[in-house]
Amino acid sequence: MRLEHWVYTIPLRVRSLFHRNRLNSELDEELRNHIDSQIADNLSRGMGAEEARLSALRGFGNPLLLRDKTRATWSWSGMEQCARDLRIGLRTLRRSPGFAIMAILIMAIGIGANVAIFTVIRSLLLQPLPYRDPGRLVSLFEHQTRPVDAGYSNYLPVAAGSFAEWKKATPGVAQMAIISTWHQYNVSAEGGKLPEKVDAAWCSRNFFSVLSIATALGRLFTVDDDRRGAAAAVVLSGPLWRRRFNSDPGIVGKTIWLDAQPFTVIGVLPSWFVYEGKYGGRTDQLWTTANHEASSGFMASFEDRGFVAIARLLPGATLPRLVGQVSAVQSQIKIDHPEPSVSDGAQGRTMLDDTVLDYKTPLYVLFAATGCVLLIACLNVAGLLVARAAARSKELAIRAALGGGRLRLLRERLTESLLVSAAGGALGLVLAWAALQWLMSARQDMNRVESIHMDGIVALFTVAATGLCALVSGTLSIFTSNGKQILAPLNESSRSHSGGRARAGLRKTLLVLEVGLTVVLLVGAGLLVRSYQRLRSADIGVPIDNVLTMHISLPEARYKKPEEWVAFFDELITRVRTVPGVEAAGLVSTAPGEGWGGNRMMSVVEHPPLPKGQGFDILARGADPGYFAAIQIPLLSGRSFTRDERLERAHVVILSRSAAKAMFPGEDPIGKHLHDDSDGGVSEVIGVVGDTRWYVTEPLHPMLYVPVYGNDYSVDTIVVRSSHDVESLATPIEKFIGQMDPDLPVSDVMTIRQATGKSTVDNQFDSILVLAFAVIALVLASTGLYGVLAYLVAQRTGEIGIRIALGAQRDQVLGLMLADGLRPALIGLLLGLVASAATTRFIRAMLYETQPFDLEIFAAVAGLLIASAALACLVPAWRASRLDPMQTLRTE
Amino acid sequence: MSKPSDLVQGTLDLLILKILALQPLHGWALSQRLKQVSGEVLQVSDGSLYPALHKLEQQGWIQAEWKASENNRRAKFYSLTRLGRRHLEREAANWERISTAISGVMRLTEV
Repeated sequence: MRLEHWVYTIPLRVRSLFHRNRLNSELDEELRNHIDSQIADNLSRGMGAEEARLSALRGFGNPLLLRDKTRATWSWSGMEQCARDLRIGLRTLRRSPGFAIMAILIMAIGIGANVAIFTVIRSLLLQPLPYRDPGRLVSLFEHQTRPVDAGYSNYLPVAAGSFAEWKKATPGVAQMAIISTWHQYNVSAEGGKLPEKVDAAWCSRNFFSVLSIATALGRLFTVDDDRRGAAAAVVLSGPLWRRRFNSDPGIVGKTIWLDAQPFTVIGVLPSWFVYEGKYGGRTDQLWTTANHEASSGFMASFEDRGFVAIARLLPGATLPRLVGQVSAVQSQIKIDHPEPSVSDGAQGRTMLDDTVLDYKTPLYVLFAATGCVLLIACLNVAGLLVARAAARSKELAIRAALGGGRLRLLRERLTESLLVSAAGGALGLVLAWAALQWLMSARQDMNRVESIHMDGIVALFTVAATGLCALVSGTLSIFTSNGKQILAPLNESSRSHSGGRARAGLRKTLLVLEVGLTVVLLVGAGLLVRSYQRLRSADIGVPIDNVLTMHISLPEARYKKPEEWVAFFDELITRVRTVPGVEAAGLVSTAPGEGWGGNRMMSVVEHPPLPKGQGFDILARGADPGYFAAIQIPLLSGRSFTRDERLERAHVVILSRSAAKAMFPGEDPIGKHLHDDSDGGVSEVIGVVGDTRWYVTEPLHPMLYVPVYGNDYSVDTIVVRSSHDVESLATPIEKFIGQMDPDLPVSDVMTIRQATGKSTVDNQFDSILVLAFAVIALVLASTGLYGVLAYLVAQRTGEIGIRIALGAQRDQVLGLMLADGLRPALIGLLLGLVASAATTRFIRAMLYETQPFDLEIFAAVAGLLIASAALACLVPAWRASRLDPMQTLRTE
Repeated sequence: MSKPSDLVQGTLDLLILKILALQPLHGWALSQRLKQVSGEVLQVSDGSLYPALHKLEQQGWIQAEWKASENNRRAKFYSLTRLGRRHLEREAANWERISTAISGVMRLTEV
């Protein structure tokens, strides 16, 4: 039955698809035959020729309508109508290119921004990591229920001793490995290549197998590689192997020199491999074994948090269960080892979260911003469509009067908005692609940035966004033409003086919404920009201009004894000071803004002893005698180090102001003594200096300085001050260092301004993007405002002409029109301010020293909005007030 | 002119199928037959046959063929397909049932 049905209908369907024209002419012929037969019949009954024809036609009905009705029964007629609607839509758009270009551009910006951000969110936050079965991979951290390291969050690195206990306690739950991502090696000069400092990681032998990574060449670490005294082995990243070793296929088994020590290359990883987490790893290019590289004390320590733990959950295990077990182990460790820097708990999260958590809030905030922009774009295009509908109301009314189906007319309008949205979507996709290319080149520092790509889901999202835009803008504009009124324009006299006011009502409502959203965006952008400005001008405690920093670390293999380090650095800084242009130079272990740099637990010898674990947690720095003067940290009391306070005479310490205040409230610290709770050393306080920040976005932390000559500092930062163009000094200084040791690379050469800029790049990025979206929104809202008022003025030309002719003052007319245009702007402003007050708390986490409810920002936004609204309204209002009454009344 | 009631309009398809079951016809001849058999009860314009005919054709119940007519002009002749014949039987039985039921109700006298 079913089959037979198809047998009869399929040929017809094929015919009605491919032989449309023949079918049409056959239908015409059929209808004509009928009428001719009827006429012939009428004639044979004796009617006159004319009467026979008329009677036949009368009996037949409206041939055109019948033809359409018949054609509507054919298959594919729905498609045919769509094609016709599209043709009509294209034609009307081509007739008004200004409108079309404007609307398409607006849509393209809205859709493009959304597609770009969506792509980033999808690639970064939603797509699984590129390892096998990534859903079972987690990262584990130590956790202090009472935070000591104020600067870091609750996800602290893991001490190797603690990790060993964790691993022992959870054999059936997870495979666990550790990695320490923040190391560097000097790759020695060889084969004509310059010495180079390369980011590297220490890892446990099973690190790669937990991630399920196989090498591209050679093998991975085994138990024999991962122990103290084993033959030194190294695994290279694909890029390093290509770049530095020219993709040498025989690299496995060769020896390379790292920190002046020989390492055997045992394997090369696939090029795509990267491990990245909260504590970095993105830039690592070679991997060595932890037990081989770190001291056995370090590997047994419960206090030195040197690693990040990763784990692959075994079947049946869950993250909460693993964290629960590990936490219990850690609490027991804390009971057995109550030292202050031993953590008392553990935390875990999925590896994906660990990789991208920092971007989550900003990305979703950006997505919300682009969502607002898209909504504004839709409203704007809807406004344009309404204006067009209003301008074409007479045409539409005539078509309706002639029998044009209401549905047909509405469908044409929807088709028009669909066309605009589709063109906008296509252009938007191109814009989004360009934006992503830019992002990927501009933000190399972002984790997973290389995984950003457009895929099927993104395409689907684009189509959905486009469809939604078409629907929103189309239906909004359709709302204006309700059926009863469609004929009304014909009833209005051509001298309509108040016509179209009702239509403008809807556009005004749209405008209120637009302005409201714009205000929310502007407030958000304002807060972010202000926060960024505060961040940029954040006082890290030293002048940031014209100070150059450069990093040097001495390989322990060549410089074995502290005396050699001291001699090297002493000679180095003496030479640097002789470089022409250098005003002052100093040495410090970690420059201001460069990071945590190590802390010590201290107590005051002269004070009554504190309970165990209750010392002062102070950041420690090594500095040379000239450092404070070179970087311009003010000496508040006492003195700086002297040249002979070095090596065994280095037991002196300088406190920062906040450290002095914390440890010696209301006393003079000079001459008192400090006790280092971890190594038991005692030092005399000889001076107090100003505070500096360890990281620009983090709060101040008390700090102490010890002489850099002789406190085990083999890694130093040279700080150079010059009166002008300090960057040009980098090359001569590097040359000096090359003369002293050609294998010693200099790294992180940058001014302090650049360094702080680097740490605020996230904030800069977010604030600039949101600001850009807000500006787009403001422009859109202003043009919308302009459009509505210009339209109103055009509609009311006659009325204004009469008013002026009857003696209205021109500035009265100006005021009248301005008030008309500004009213929706003011209502929108109020709504927007209320909405902002309610929503800005969501970006609190992204703000630095800025309150979500910042009155100044709110006031500034209100001022800016009123100003641009007034500007947008002024032109049409002014034009209205300049109307020549005689001319307007005549042209009506 | 009052419109024919919806009931009759809905049976137009049935009437067309029935007439075509007797012999293949072209549009005008069909309309003449329709008038002839139904008298003036079916007040439909001649032209409204065509949408109905084309719909039936699309559904596979009738098929069309261009042939020379009685006065030697080219005309489109419609004839019933096997599918259409079965459909007609089903619909006719349906109609029989419904009209019997309705006539039964209409014949009720007050008690």
